Amino acid sequence: MRIGPEEPCVPGFVSAYPSLAVQLPGAAVPWLRRSRDEAFERFAALGLPTTRDEDWKYTSVAAIARRVFRVDGAIEVSDEVRAVVLRHAIEGTQRMVFVDGHFVPGLSQPATLQATLPEGARVGSLAQAVEARADDVEPLFAAAGDAADGFSALNAALWSDGAWIDLAAGVALEAPVHLLFVTTRSDSASFPRNLIRAGEGASATVIEHHVGPDGASYLSDTVTRIVLGRGARIAHTKLQQEGRKAFHVADVAAEQGQDSAFVSHALAFGGQLSRAAIATRLGAEGCDAKLAGLYVGSGRQHIDHHTCIDHAAPRGTSRELYKGVLDEAARAVFNGRVIVRPDAQRSDALQSNRNLLLSEDAEVDTKPQLEIWADDVKCAHGATVGQLDADQLHYLRARGIAEGDARALLIRAFAADALAGIEHGPLRARLESLLPGALPEAA
Amino acid sequence: MLEIRNLHVTVDDKPILRGLDLEVRAGEVHAIMGPNGSGKSTLAHVLAGREGYVVTQGEIRYMGRDLLALAPEERAREGIFLAFQYPVEIPGVANIYLLKAALNAMRRHRGESELDAVDFLALVKGKLKLMDMDEALLYRAVNEGFSGGEKKRNEILQMAVLEPRLAILDETDSGLDIDALKVVANGVNAMRSPERAMILVTHYQRLLDYIRPDRVHVLALGRIALSGGPDLAQDLERRGYGWVEGWVQAEAQKRHAASAGGAG
Ligand SMILES: Nc1ncnc2c1ncn2[C@@H]1O[C@H](COP(=O)(O)OP(=O)(O)OP(=O)(O)O)[C@@H](O)[C@H]1O
Ligand SMILES: [Mg+2]
Repeated sequence: MRIGPEEPCVPGFVSAYPSLAVQLPGAAVPWLRRSRDEAFERFAALGLPTTRDEDWKYTSVAAIARRVFRVDGAIEVSDEVRAVVLRHAIEGTQRMVFVDGHFVPGLSQPATLQATLPEGARVGSLAQAVEARADDVEPLFAAAGDAADGFSALNAALWSDGAWIDLAAGVALEAPVHLLFVTTRSDSASFPRNLIRAGEGASATVIEHHVGPDGASYLSDTVTRIVLGRGARIAHTKLQQEGRKAFHVADVAAEQGQDSAFVSHALAFGGQLSRAAIATRLGAEGCDAKLAGLYVGSGRQHIDHHTCIDHAAPRGTSRELYKGVLDEAARAVFNGRVIVRPDAQRSDALQSNRNLLLSEDAEVDTKPQLEIWADDVKCAHGATVGQLDADQLHYLRARGIAEGDARALLIRAFAADALAGIEHGPLRARLESLLPGALPEAA
Repeated sequence: MLEIRNLHVTVDDKPILRGLDLEVRAGEVHAIMGPNGSGKSTLAHVLAGREGYVVTQGEIRYMGRDLLALAPEERAREGIFLAFQYPVEIPGVANIYLLKAALNAMRRHRGESELDAVDFLALVKGKLKLMDMDEALLYRAVNEGFSGGEKKRNEILQMAVLEPRLAILDETDSGLDIDALKVVANGVNAMRSPERAMILVTHYQRLLDYIRPDRVHVLALGRIALSGGPDLAQDLERRGYGWVEGWVQAEAQKRHAASAGGAG
């Protein structure tokens, strides 16, 4: 479907931009202002993607294009918001809370995050960082690269806040950093942007968590950029629990230095329409990338994952496992691109996408996309789409386990290896509690 | 305990059981033999409530109740246990988890409290010993990668933990080596009790040397064609099933001729 100029979304942002631009963080910082303006021009030129774009063939964003979204500067922290934060808190983490795209120190834990951090670690608000120390942040922006599509460009132009995590060589963050993005308003758009850099040998676990009310229709357009130095390790878990009427479009990209390890988990549960692009570039020798994903859909949810693993240097290893559980009329898209460039000899890449359809109306489009330019490589991929196994279900019931419990048990068993790589126990328990038919977390 | 009357069962519209009668009382052990494809597993599946097995005629009463009205899990909780001829592999579900979930489902149904982890483990370890099984099997996925014999032992382990009222063992002896057969037979014998009934489906006299049945039945042509005492199994071993089938067919022809004569 062609998104014509008559669709109100793009013009809505075009008319709002001039007044927004002067209020956004870093408006007074010339390089940032320039970067925002350029990104916005790019957005205006690109518009929103359409199903004619190969990367968006199975995901129509017409429902987004038809809408005009508000971008608010002011936020309100109600008791309801506090309750939402408590409900989504994850034990044993350091929490940064963003409400409608803006950092709220009062909801974060501990409130004086910086004081508890090891020397050489910076964890804070990106908006505050560009105001207070724009020059420190600039190199990270430069490394963030060009926006691939209209959504990323729009985020680059309008981002309001996000996390800035910068770790000097050898710094290890013990507790995971939990970035909780809470949307409260219908018809709003928010543009979180996270920049993460791990210096040589540094390591951290970052949980990027998006939540919102089921009754509200809103847009979350998010970008996360991760740069890993030599021997660094970043575990990034993206947990999408947007409201059931929400639109969620995410773009996560990592750039890996020599012998670095990037562990990504992309977990999608909410949203009416969600799309996550997860990419990593194994840019130097000996990199390791692990990409796991789990998407769980029901109703008329549409969930799209596009991953890209770019082996650009020799001796890189990548392991990718995405699993989907789809009920009712849910629809999923998985597109897994693996590139092995001519120089990337002795690369070793495995990709697997497995889907469990719980209803006849559920649907998945799964597509591996391998581009192998080197000859001395190990590469394999596989995709499956299946139903719950009737023999297994009966076997469990014949042992006295109720049908609903038996189904939940098999779904959990199916999903298990997509979550196995999550090291933080409380997070893994939370995820298991979100699986269909699962018992509440406390049980 | 179990009364089956005039049971007719079809699978995919194909009639498999055609007028089967069987009565099993508490404390009894019955052996069911019969040629391949005669419907022994079909009977076992119908008792356990497997979907796709359609009862077109007849009734099954268990403990005085209509068994066919119960869902598979309800039957299990009421004490029916089927040791499957082909135990199912369930990747991702730990064997011990299944045992615990099954036992606690049973206990809840009986109004008993769930066992805590310590008591449960003590119970299971005792049964493991009885079955001469390696503890490591507890922590592996249900039947996944188990050898044929390990799968069969695992079925009996489950039976030992769940302590059913009516156990149906579908060819649990097939594929067991001689030592394993003894272990399994010991496990089964240890469970014989005046309150418990067992149905052993088997092809071999060998099992019945270890577990002496009260009655032996031959299933052929969709019904119990012949019943007798423990010695019947030996006769069968000698004479083969052709003998039984020939006899059943002759009987059927006689009946047919008689009813045709009656009508004419
Ligand atoms: N799903 C099915 N569709 C069609 N026919 C079936 C189906 N399941 C079983 N049957 C048939 O029903 C008949 C009885 O099968 P069953 O498994 O009960 O035999 P059995 O007596 O247990 O044999 P065995 O000694 O080989 O285990 C066989 O002819 C079998 O092919
Ligand atoms: Mg059989």
